[in-house]
Parts: sequence; structure tokens; C-alpha cells
Amino acid sequence: MKQFVGQNVKRKEDHRLLTGSGKFVADIRIENMVEAAILRSPYAHARIKNIDVSQAKNHEGVLDVIISDDLEGNVKPFTEFVEFTLPPQLEADIKPIIKQNPEPMLAQHKVTFVGQAVAIVLAEDRYIAEDALGLIKVSYEPLPVVTDPYETIKDDAPVIHPHLGNNIQSHFEVKVGNIDHAFSQANHILKTRIKTPRVSGNPLETRGVIAEYQERNQQLDVWSSTQVPFMVRSYLSKLVGLVEGNIRVVAPDVGGGFGPKCAVYPEEIIIPYLAMKYKRPVKWIEDRLEHMQSTRHSRDQVHDVEVAFRNDGTILGLKDQFLLDNGAHNSFALCCAYNSAAHLRGMYHIPNYDITGRIVLTNKTPNVPYRGAGRPEAVYVMDRIIYMIADKLNLDPVEVSMRNFVRPEQMPYETGIFYRDGANMVLENGDYVKSLQQAMKIAGYEEFRQQQEETRKNNKNIGIGFSSYIEGTGIGPFEGAAVKVDSTGHILVGVGSSPHGQSHETTLSQICADVFGVNPEQVSVRAGDTSLLPYGVGTFASRGAVTAGSAVHGASKQLREKFLLIAGEMLGVTIDELEMHSGKVYLKHSPSQFVTLQEIAQAAKPGPRCKVPKGIEPGASATYYFVPPTVTFSSGFHVAVVEVDKETGFVDILRYIVVHDCGRVINPKIVDGQIQGGVAQGIGGALYEEIIYDKNGQLVTGTYMDYLIPTAMEVPEVEMGHQEFLSPHNPIGIKGVGEGGAISPPAAIANAVCDAMRPLKIEINSLPISPNKLRSLIEEAENAESVLK
Amino acid sequence: MSYSNVKIKVNGKVIEKEIESRWLLSDFLRDKLGLTGTHVGCEHGVCGACTVLLNGEPVRSCLMLAVQADGLEVETVESLAEEDGTFHPIQQAFANNHALQCGFCTPGFLMSVKNFMETHPDLPTDDEIREAISGNLCRCTGYSNIIKAVKEAYVLKC
Repeated sequence: MKQFVGQNVKRKEDHRLLTGSGKFVADIRIENMVEAAILRSPYAHARIKNIDVSQAKNHEGVLDVIISDDLEGNVKPFTEFVEFTLPPQLEADIKPIIKQNPEPMLAQHKVTFVGQAVAIVLAEDRYIAEDALGLIKVSYEPLPVVTDPYETIKDDAPVIHPHLGNNIQSHFEVKVGNIDHAFSQANHILKTRIKTPRVSGNPLETRGVIAEYQERNQQLDVWSSTQVPFMVRSYLSKLVGLVEGNIRVVAPDVGGGFGPKCAVYPEEIIIPYLAMKYKRPVKWIEDRLEHMQSTRHSRDQVHDVEVAFRNDGTILGLKDQFLLDNGAHNSFALCCAYNSAAHLRGMYHIPNYDITGRIVLTNKTPNVPYRGAGRPEAVYVMDRIIYMIADKLNLDPVEVSMRNFVRPEQMPYETGIFYRDGANMVLENGDYVKSLQQAMKIAGYEEFRQQQEETRKNNKNIGIGFSSYIEGTGIGPFEGAAVKVDSTGHILVGVGSSPHGQSHETTLSQICADVFGVNPEQVSVRAGDTSLLPYGVGTFASRGAVTAGSAVHGASKQLREKFLLIAGEMLGVTIDELEMHSGKVYLKHSPSQFVTLQEIAQAAKPGPRCKVPKGIEPGASATYYFVPPTVTFSSGFHVAVVEVDKETGFVDILRYIVVHDCGRVINPKIVDGQIQGGVAQGIGGALYEEIIYDKNGQLVTGTYMDYLIPTAMEVPEVEMGHQEFLSPHNPIGIKGVGEGGAISPPAAIANAVCDAMRPLKIEINSLPISPNKLRSLIEEAENAESVLK
Repeated sequence: MSYSNVKIKVNGKVIEKEIESRWLLSDFLRDKLGLTGTHVGCEHGVCGACTVLLNGEPVRSCLMLAVQADGLEVETVESLAEEDGTFHPIQQAFANNHALQCGFCTPGFLMSVKNFMETHPDLPTDDEIREAISGNLCRCTGYSNIIKAVKEAYVLKC
């Protein structure tokens, strides 16, 4: 029978999105709705002496102006998201210090970053609401600003949140083996500082929230452009003190998320609260300037690394002390920071390992996970080190990688640390050596080296760089699915995981269709709505296909079993005499006798005609929650081929190659699309994107004129190779693929640029590789060289 | 507040309305006419999500006032498919090539590509397509499937 998992089934989502009939939050209109605009702080750090809203309140068309005092006693602040608290065994191992860092919904007494919400205007339309923002008078008393992660940890630094004592919000240590012994055995020790800049996920759709309250049944409906509707519901309930069951949160069509929409934001709490308070629907749609300022950023790590290795390139030990500049608040515990610590060794066998991570606070917008969530930072550090070792020993970096890879015969490979979910971190399968070989074959490595020699003679600088990654994907704690067959025989699937471009409606229908032996067209998948299931988690951390896919598989199988039992009653036989395919249940020995899914669904209804065996609940539905034992490790190998214009510092990507393993591929086109799109974002992080604050904490990159997102001119077509090592941790063998594409490009491209400029021995240990930065490095290297001569 | 009368042919239908003179064309299309297929991504003319055709030329509807379109003809993404939902060849090619993921930027791409195909009737090179769509940002697809789709759209249109 035809299987749909593994095939390029066309996307169900496309028709509405291509015809403009999709529904994003901003497209929703409700009668009698008011619109909100938000006054945001122009200061990075200042005391609020007074807010005068009288003129704004009297402006025609304004319903009200809300400041922090108006929320007092009604809306609680954010503290730490419980979803990100550490499991006890991990806590015992790394002995973290995590200080509670509550974030008020609206700035209270003082502001701590530019863009922090200070006041909200509700008005008849957005134009009037914005008019009224200009009439609010706030008097600020500026306070000393700290924007540098090293300055902020000094004893005399201004303390942003005085109750914390200082600006070090979290601290933890991860240790494996005996680091001192490893360093004492080494032939070489290399020390360096490697930085990854602050960037912004920048989905093309900004955030937005609409809320409507019905007094009749105390029902609160909220539409939000979020990756995590269940989390929004939960915090609305907790912080506003509402019955959770009376809240429905819907993420309609969502125009990209990439991590920043995985947080719960103050607006998602206040807008619904105001809809209840004023008994009018309220709409707030973020504009791009607000987005650049107040939607959470990411990355922003600085690593001080020391690595001990032998003459042949074998790494004996690695020490790392890193700082994550989290901006003014952190509600995500150790999420990105621990991801970095856990993934830093990547595909490499490094038996001795000593890492100290500190999350520090500065007067910047808070950070959250963004595509890769701590891994692009770690991979950048590790793969720059591989290249620096190669340089030091005059070896080919491929050789250094090969010497240090975890080899297939070592799998499953115990890393000696816990994963963030509390399970032992084990690389379960894969062949990293073959991955590298496959990538080098596609790249034509040997030929490239010859070509490189030739082009150097003509004063052209081409280079090749690679990077490898592993990624723990499909993290729990669970994801659910409810599958039912309606009275027309159509199958309806509801999932807790909430998509924003990942194609859930298509891929999950493929999984369900295979279980029932029907065409995916006979299956409708709904997601992004808390009314579909009692519990759900969301889409982030490359978890959708793994967790929701497995939940759909589990629920479909349960319902299939139930349908076989009902069919047995209908046909008067036992279940082992039956088989299900093509949407029907047949008698094995007499295939002309069958009952259809539609007939079975009707026979499942309660009542006198019910054919559900005794002891089983009537009904044609099943709900299943998939609880993964732990994450599953995807991996990949990236190769960048670049040309550097030495005179301008401009980097042109000539080729980009990815070989990856994401276990079972549900839909090849969609998987390839995730990789290609991820690489584009990674190229942004490598060459163009950087959120910059000046020393006063003013955001310098507040528009797309300053924050450069790659266009079609900058992104090459990615050449791909595939490996398929099935995951043992879920029934379909899936590993996640959402983030992999974005993890390695900064390292691969930086290495390629260093390789192109190799005669000059430049080291690119900070990003992005902008033309002016690269020009300075080239100039410095040329000067150093001429001094040596 | 100043008000103006506008008479704009939108997707083949003449619309006459009195509106606030300061309304953006994008807000007018979305909020006054309910044509929410045109999306607003950056409101400063860089992302291209709000691209519509004005007398056949691509424009950023977030950088124009609705009154500036008075007496002119506007085409939005809603004009592309047939009434029965049958795709325009460009839409079909986007669907065939997985040239969209979240789909938010897609209407802007479709309108840019429509103008490009009308003004460049011969099959373009990849580089020409890249340049043609370089005014539209996409954060999901990494563009290469969009480039494939544009090439296929030329074939489907023949």
C-alpha cells in the first residue's frame, strides 16, 4: 500500500496563503474593537518621576490610557517561566545560581531598556492611539547605563535591579574528566576570545494580540502571533487570576517565529486584561520599530576558551568561561546558556571539559532563544578552534576534525553530562566521518585546493570552510494529539504544537494517513488553538515533527485499534480476522466484505445502535500524549566556499553545501526548505546581522536600513546531501530539522574567509564579518607581515 | 482632521469613499476594503510584504497615502486567482516549488513577480530573477525555491 511518509505531498497550507485568504492576527476584526498603541521608553536606564496622561486621556477618540499603577494588584509580573526550570539531577550536577528577576508588565518606577513598555493608549483606531501617545508626558531622571557584559560584572557597575545585589543573574559549571591533568599532558595550549553578536529573529510578521471577553460565560478569547499558545493561556491564567478553562488562545496563521515568539510577552497579558476591564475587544499590532526594540533578541555571548591538544591535533581538554549578555531581564533560566555548554563539544570526543557559564544583565532588550538557541554560538567557538589548531600545527582542518570525531563504533556515545531535560546526554547514532566525507565529495575538496592555488596566483582569494553540528531535538516534556473520525468518514487531527511555517497540516496528515491507509486529503489537521486539546506545548527547539508527529502517530494507532474492534462487532468476527487499508476494514479471507471508516464512525456513536464493544467508551476519537524519553540528536556538516575581495572586504558565497541527518524524512521538500531557510538566516548572522546599542543604550539598528537581512542577492542555493539514521527515541524515527540549517553557517563562513585569506593568517573571532571589519583585519595582518619582513 | 474623497479601481472594481487624508494605502486596502492579503511587515519600505501594483507598477503600499492612488488602478494579491479559486500560474508555480513557508511575505512576492514577468517576457536568468525579487524580504525560504518557482511560472504561462 502507498505510504505517504517520505513523499513530497503538496502543502495543504498553500492555497489560502497564496490567495491572500490566510488569516494572520492583524487581519482579524471584531465589531466594537478598540486599538492599542504603546509608549515605549526612550531611555536605557532612568527613574520615572512622573507620568501625566491627562491630555492624552482627553483626546477625542481615546478610551483610556493605562500605566503601571493601573495594573497594580490586578496583573502580576513575570518571574521565571516554570517550563524552563531545571530538573533536579541537572541542578545537583551543575550547581546553578539563578536569581529571580521579575519583569513588570509596564515599567514601574524605572525603565531598564530602550523600548520597554511604559503606557498603553486604547483608542477608536491606531491612528488616534498614536496621536495620543504624543500627548503623554513622562519625566525621566536618567541613571547610569551599562551595555557591556564585562563592565556589568565589575564591582562598581551600576546595579540594574538592586534587589539582585549585582548584575550576574545566573552562574553554573559543567565539568567532565580531569581538566588539569589533560592540560598537563598537552603539547600545545591555545587561548582565545570568541564572540557572537546580538541578533534578532525578525519574523516578517511582527507580534500582535487581539482579545475579546464575553461576560455571558466569562469566556476570554485571545488571538496572538505566538509559537506557544498553551503557555500564553497558562500565564494569562496565573498572572491575571483567571479560570484557565475559560481562556482560549488561538495562534492563527503566524508569519514566522524563529524563537522570539516562543516567549510570553507583557502585551499578551495586558491586552486581554484590558479587553476584560473595558468589555471591548482590543487589538494591538506591533510595528517594526517596536519589534526591533522590544521583541526579544538573542545570541550575544563571549567565550574565553583554552584548549589543550597534542602535536597530531588530538584535543585533550577544553576550558571555557563564557558570558551571555541577556539584557535587562531573564525569565528563561539557563536555556540558551546551558544549550551552549551542552553542545560546545559537538561531534568531537573531548574527554576533559570544564565550562563556566554566567548570564549577565545589561540595559538592553532581554534575550530569548532564537533558531539554534545557544548552539550557533557554541559551534562557532568549537569550529573556529578546529581551524586555529590546524593553523598552529600546519595541518588540514579536515584532518584535525577526523582525529577528534566521535566515531560510529563509539555510538551510542555517553557525553558524561546531563541534557537540559535531565536525561543522560547520549549521542545515539550517526556517522560523522561519512558525513564529512560526503560533504567534501560534493564540494570537490581536492580539486578545490588545486583551484585555490591557481586563483591565488591571479590575486583572487577563494576559500573553503566547514563546520559540524549536533543538535538535541524534539525536547519534551510532551506533545499531544486528538484524532477523530467524523460522521462523513473524514479524519480530524488536533495537535498542541503550533506552526508558523513548518507545514504541520501537511506533514502530520501524512503520518495519520499512513496509519489509516487513506490519502492525506482525507485528513484535516488543526493546530494553534488551546481548545483542541487539554494540554499542549508548542513549536520551538526543532521539536514539532518529533513530538507532534509521534503524538499523531500514537493517537492514530489507538483509534485504528478501536476501529478494528468496532468493525469486528459489526462483521461478527475477531480482530485478528481483519485488516485495515484504503480507508476500509476488510475481512482478511473475504475481501469483498468490508466496512468503511464512515460506517464505523457512525457505529461508534453512543446509543442503541452503538457497536463499541462493552467496557470501551463510545465515540470515534482518541487522544494520545507522546512523552519522549529524552531528545534525539540530529547532526550535519556544512561547507562554505567563498571569494573575498581583499580591497573592499566584501565576501561572496560561491557555494554552500549541507549534509545532514534528521532521521526519518516525512516530506523531503519541506525538510529541504527548512535547511535552505535556516542557512539563509545563518548567512545573515555570519555576514550582515547585528543589533547594536551605543554606550547610552540607544538602539542604533532600529530599522531594516540598519539591521540587514539577507535578500535573494546574498543567499545561494544550498546543495544538499542526506543521511538517514533513524532515531530510536520515537516510533517513526524522526529527528528534528528546524534549526540545523541556521547553526553552522557563521562558523563555516568565517572559516572559509580565514582560509581564503590564509597567507595572511587572519582570525575572525567575532561576527558579523562585515566588509569594514574584514578590511581592518586584512590591514592589521598586512601591517604585521610587513613589520616581520 | 482632513478628509478626502477617493475613487480607486481596486482589482477591477471602482471604489469611491471618503477617507482621512492621512490613511496609508496599505491600511486603506486592509481596513477599509477588507483586502487583508496585502501584508504590512516593516512600514518603512524595505521588506516588500505590502507590495501592490499601481497602474501595473509595483509600489510599497505602506509608503503611499491612499489619496495618492486617487483616479488610479490598484491590483492586490486577491486579484490573482480565478473566482473559483484556480491559481494564477505564478501562484501555481509557488505551490509546486514549496516557495513559501509561513506565507506572510508571499503576496508581496507574487505582485513583484507579476510585474517582472509582464515587463520581462523572455525567460530570465537566475541572476535576473534574484535582482527582480531583491526588494522583497523572506525570512523562511532562503529564496532558492522562489527562484525556481519564478522560472516555472514562465513555463506555466506559455
